Amino acid sequence: MTSPYERLFGRFEGPNTIGNTRVFWAGLTVALALAAAYPLVVSAYTAGNTALFMLYGLLAMSLSLVWGYAGVLSFGQVVFFGFAGYTFGIVSINLGSTLGVTMAIPVAVLVATVVAFLLGYFMFYGDVSGVFVAIITLVVTLVMQTFMAQTAGDEWTIGEVPLGGFNGMPGIPNLAVGTEGAAVSFSGASFYWLVLTILVVSYLGLRLLVNGRFGYAMVAVREDEDRVEMLGYDIRRVKLVVFTLGGGLAGLSGVLYASWGNYIDPSVYSLAFATLPVVWVTVGGRESLLGGVLATVAIEWFRQQLAITGSAWATVVVGTLLLIVVLALPEGIVPFVHRKTVGFVEGRRMVGEDTPAADREGTAE
Amino acid sequence: MVNVVNLLFQFLDSFAFIVLAAIGLAIIFGMMGVINLAHGEFIMVGAYGTTLAYNAGAPLLLSIPVGVLATTVMGLVLERSVVRRLYDRPLDSMVATFALGLALTQLTRIVFGNSLSSIGIPLGSVQYGQFSYSMYRVLLSSVALAVLAAAYVVFTRTEFGIRARATIQDADTASAMGVETDRMYTVTFGIGSALAGLTGALYAPTMSIVPGMGSSFLVEAFVAVVTGGASVLLGTTLAGGGLGLVNALFSNVYGTFIGQIALLFVAVLILRFLPNGLSGAVEGVRERMERENT
Repeated sequence: MTSPYERLFGRFEGPNTIGNTRVFWAGLTVALALAAAYPLVVSAYTAGNTALFMLYGLLAMSLSLVWGYAGVLSFGQVVFFGFAGYTFGIVSINLGSTLGVTMAIPVAVLVATVVAFLLGYFMFYGDVSGVFVAIITLVVTLVMQTFMAQTAGDEWTIGEVPLGGFNGMPGIPNLAVGTEGAAVSFSGASFYWLVLTILVVSYLGLRLLVNGRFGYAMVAVREDEDRVEMLGYDIRRVKLVVFTLGGGLAGLSGVLYASWGNYIDPSVYSLAFATLPVVWVTVGGRESLLGGVLATVAIEWFRQQLAITGSAWATVVVGTLLLIVVLALPEGIVPFVHRKTVGFVEGRRMVGEDTPAADREGTAE
Repeated sequence: MVNVVNLLFQFLDSFAFIVLAAIGLAIIFGMMGVINLAHGEFIMVGAYGTTLAYNAGAPLLLSIPVGVLATTVMGLVLERSVVRRLYDRPLDSMVATFALGLALTQLTRIVFGNSLSSIGIPLGSVQYGQFSYSMYRVLLSSVALAVLAAAYVVFTRTEFGIRARATIQDADTASAMGVETDRMYTVTFGIGSALAGLTGALYAPTMSIVPGMGSSFLVEAFVAVVTGGASVLLGTTLAGGGLGLVNALFSNVYGTFIGQIALLFVAVLILRFLPNGLSGAVEGVRERMERENT
C-alpha cells in the first residue's frame, strides 16, 4: 500500500537528506512561492543581484555533493566553473547568433564535465585520496589562474575571441534559448526565475540521486572506503562519477555566471574565489544540499553589504566565521539547527504521547 | 658551454626555492598528518617580520631571526588554540587553516597596507659571460641544503627526534613509554612554523612584500609535498632535485610559465605511476636491492 504522498515524495526521501516530512515539503513549497514572487516586489537590479547569489548556490551544491556526500574535498570546483564560463563566452561570441548562444550552453557544460572527468580519472585511478585530492585540486586552480592571467597576447585568440589575460573577456551575451525569431532571452527578473528553476531542479535531482542506490554507495565510500571495496564496489569509479557530475554542476553554474555579468576574468580561478565554495558549504552544512545554498546566499549578501560600506573586514569576518564553525559546529549550521529542532519536537511528542519517537525526521531543513 | 652553466644556476635557484617553500609544510604534514593551508601566510609573516625589522633600522642578519621568531610564536599560539583540536579530522584541519590564512592575509592588509617598501637584494652578483647571477640567490641554495641537513640531524640523531618520530608512529605506545606526546606535537608544529618563517625571511629581500605574497610559494610547496611521499626529508630533497631540474630546464628554454606547467605535468605523472611518491619509490628500490644481496 502506497499513499499518494509516498508515491509523490518517496523517492526524494531517505536517510541521506534532511527534511523528509510533509511539513518540510509544505515549507519548501511556501518558501519557493515566496522566492518566485520576490522579483515582483523588488527592482530588476536587486533580482539580478540575488540571482548571482543563487547561481553561486549551485556551485555550493556541486561541492556539497562531492565533499559532503562522497567525502572528496575539492578546492577545484571553481576550475570547472571557470572552464564552462570561458567556453560559453568563446563559443557564444564566435557563433554570434541566438542559436549559437543556445548551443554554447551544453558545449560549455560538457567541457567542464570532461575536464572534471580527466582530472578525476588521474586522481582516483592514480589512487590519490584524502588530503592529496584537496591539494591537487588547489594546485590546479592556482595554475589555471597563472595560465589565464598570461593570455593577454594576440596568440591567445580562439576564433574571433581574445582570452584577454587579466582584463578578462567582455561582451558575453545573455543566456538565451531558441533560434532567431523564436527565442527566449534571460535577463533581470527572467534570469532570476531561470536560476531559481535550475536550482530547484538540481536540488530535486540530487535528492533522487543521493537517496537512490548510487547515493548509498557514495555515502558508504565517504564513511569507510575499505569496507565498501570489500563489498565489491569499485570506489574509484564511484568517486570519479560523483566528481564528474559535480564538475558538470559547477560548469552549469559557471555558464550562468558568465552570462550574468556578460563577462569573465581570471579572478574566478583566484585563491580568494576558490575559498568561497568551501566556506559556504562548511558553514551551511556540507551533508545538507540546501544548507550550502542558504549559507551561500546569506554569506554573499553579507559580504556585499560590507563591501558597499567600504569595509575591509569582510574577509576577516568570513574567515573567523569559518573557523568558529569548524571548531564548534563541525556539521554546519543547518544540520545543527535541524538536529536541535528535531530533538525539541520529538522530545515534546514523547512527553505528550508517551511513546517512543518514530525514526521519522522532524520539521523543516 | 655557457648554457650548461646557466642551467646549473637556474637549477640551484629552483632547487632552493622548492626545498625552502616545502620544508615547513612537509615537516608538519609528514610528522602530524596536518596540511597547513595557512603555510603561505606563515611564509608571509616571516617576510613581514624581517622587512619591518629591517625598515626599523636593524641589519639584515638580525632581521631574519626576527621574522623566524614572529612566525614561530604565531605557529605555537595557533597550534595551542586551533590546530590541536583537529588532529583526528585531517580535512577539517585543512579548512580551519585555510580560514586562518584568509583572515591573516586580510588582517595584514588592514594593518600594514597594500605593501611594504622592500629590502633589496644584498651581496651583488657574479658575472659569467653575458649572464649575471645574484650571489644571494646562489647562497640560498646552500642554505636549503643546510636546512635539510639540520632537519635530518634533529629528527634522526637527537633524543627529541626519536621521541617525535615515536609519537608519529604510535602515539599511544609512545605516551605509555613516557613521551609527552602533546608537547611533541606542539614542538614539531613550532619547528615547521619556524622553517616557514625562515623561508619568508630569506626570500623577503628578493620579492615585493605584499599580503598575498605567500601564495607564490604554494604551488611549489604543495607539489613537492605531494610528490615527495611519506618520508619527509628524503621526499623533499628528491622533489627539490627532480622537480627543480624539470623546472630549470623548461624555464630556461621556454620561460617561467611553461616551467611551472612542466613542473605540474611531471608531478601528475609521478602521482599516477609512483603512488607512494618519490621517496616511496627510492625506498622500494633500496629494499629490493637489500633482499637480493642477502
